[in-house]
Amino acid sequence: MPCSPTRNPFTAAETPAVGVTIEHLSKSFGSHVVLQDVSFAVEPGEIFVLMGPSGSGKSVLLKHIVGLEAPSSGRVLVNGQDALAAETRGHERIGMVFQSGALFNSLTVYDNLALYPREHRTATEAGIREKVMHALQILSLEDTAQKFPSELSGGMKKRVAIARALVMEPQLLLYDEPTSELDPVMSATISEIIASLKGEYHVTTIVVSHDRELALNIADRVGILMDSRLIFLGTPAELREPKDPQVAGFLYPKIDLKHPRFKKLET
Amino acid sequence: MKQLISILEGFGSTLQLFLRAVSFAGTLPRQRARFIEQCYLIGYTTLPIVAILSFFIGAVLALQAGYSMQNFGAMQFIGSLVGLSMARELGPVMVAILLAGRVGSAITAELASMKVNQEVDALETMNIPPARMLVLPRLAAVLVMMPVLAIIADLVGWFGGAIVAKYTSFISIEPEAYFSVLRRYMKFQDVTNGLIKAEVFGLAVVLVCCNIGLNTRGGPREIGASVTRAVVVSLILILVLDYFVTKVLL
Repeated sequence: MPCSPTRNPFTAAETPAVGVTIEHLSKSFGSHVVLQDVSFAVEPGEIFVLMGPSGSGKSVLLKHIVGLEAPSSGRVLVNGQDALAAETRGHERIGMVFQSGALFNSLTVYDNLALYPREHRTATEAGIREKVMHALQILSLEDTAQKFPSELSGGMKKRVAIARALVMEPQLLLYDEPTSELDPVMSATISEIIASLKGEYHVTTIVVSHDRELALNIADRVGILMDSRLIFLGTPAELREPKDPQVAGFLYPKIDLKHPRFKKLET
Repeated sequence: MKQLISILEGFGSTLQLFLRAVSFAGTLPRQRARFIEQCYLIGYTTLPIVAILSFFIGAVLALQAGYSMQNFGAMQFIGSLVGLSMARELGPVMVAILLAGRVGSAITAELASMKVNQEVDALETMNIPPARMLVLPRLAAVLVMMPVLAIIADLVGWFGGAIVAKYTSFISIEPEAYFSVLRRYMKFQDVTNGLIKAEVFGLAVVLVCCNIGLNTRGGPREIGASVTRAVVVSLILILVLDYFVTKVLL
């Protein structure tokens, strides 16, 4: 897979953005099938948005990419290497922004961001301070450095989580529902941040989201998972006028007060 | 059958966690802040309750022994009975039980909450093994602090026995006589055997509590269930291990 350069957010040096290949991925938990024969590839430097109803397996797929879940069959490759192999996480820097933020509650924002470089000894304490403050500055969070996660709003937590991923100088950045539980303005802000990080640093980005506006406005390509299968793979332009009624029904649902959906679900 | 498989799985995953944590032993010097913090939590904060309980256990031992022995004139051996019982058995077992209830439950609650809030997943995506950052400092701290706590439990228990032996009317043994018998019938090995037990129990409690915490899935209810399970498994394990370690050491 050809690699496009990723500009390091902290040193302006260039490192290769990495691609992701999903090959015939299936995953079951007991008898419950979550993913069934899912295949697609994300090109280096691309923003790929993965959409789908709740429980369709989007987050599980993301966990496969970062090596937190093992496939029942098929495989996931990051830059041509098995995502499950410990060496892959050693070689490729993969940042992940969790839905809940997953910030370490016992550490301040500063220490949350400093954890990765400290543990991997990628810089001196002065260098770490510079990186952390720069990452906070990129996301307009300088004032939060000494605060604990419990003192932050939902939007701030998401931004701190993005800043923490950024300090890793990632070649691949994964976002799990980055705009969930946020007001429309903050959702738009997060979408702008994701797009500008990709624009500025050319990092490969995979976003799992329900947010139609985010997908239509910042994605290079969009995939839709439904009933554990990938039912759509295309550009936002194709998504604006979907031909598949399932896709159209998911993206542009009509509120029908005379025949509500939940009544159909009950029967 | 299902329960047996679950017990064996738990044993296997605990052993794996131990080996993984030990494989990162070389990183301990640069984790000294975490190690010191854990020493403080495991050792210093547990010390007052260890002292109070061991004082009264020593006292009750002396009282019961005095009451039983007065009928056949063997009261002069109270010192050795309290000394041996505390050093070989009650000191290490009591410290381990307190560790399970006080520190083990806190470890499980903290790690389970980190797991449920995806903080453990976040560590793994950062290529920071939880066994290195969350388990190793606790294991090292318990290895250092358990002998200290056990020795303090022994000393305070002996002291409690001596006070009761002196001030109980039907015993009335002077501390000099009490400690003289204690010294005469106790070997250094009795104390070291107790310390070995304390180390084994401490390691087992911390490993079980870490493993159950790190394998928690679900929400707040599951965190509570994990804490209960960790304490119950630890208590059972302490008593089972006590039998086998005693058999080996005798």
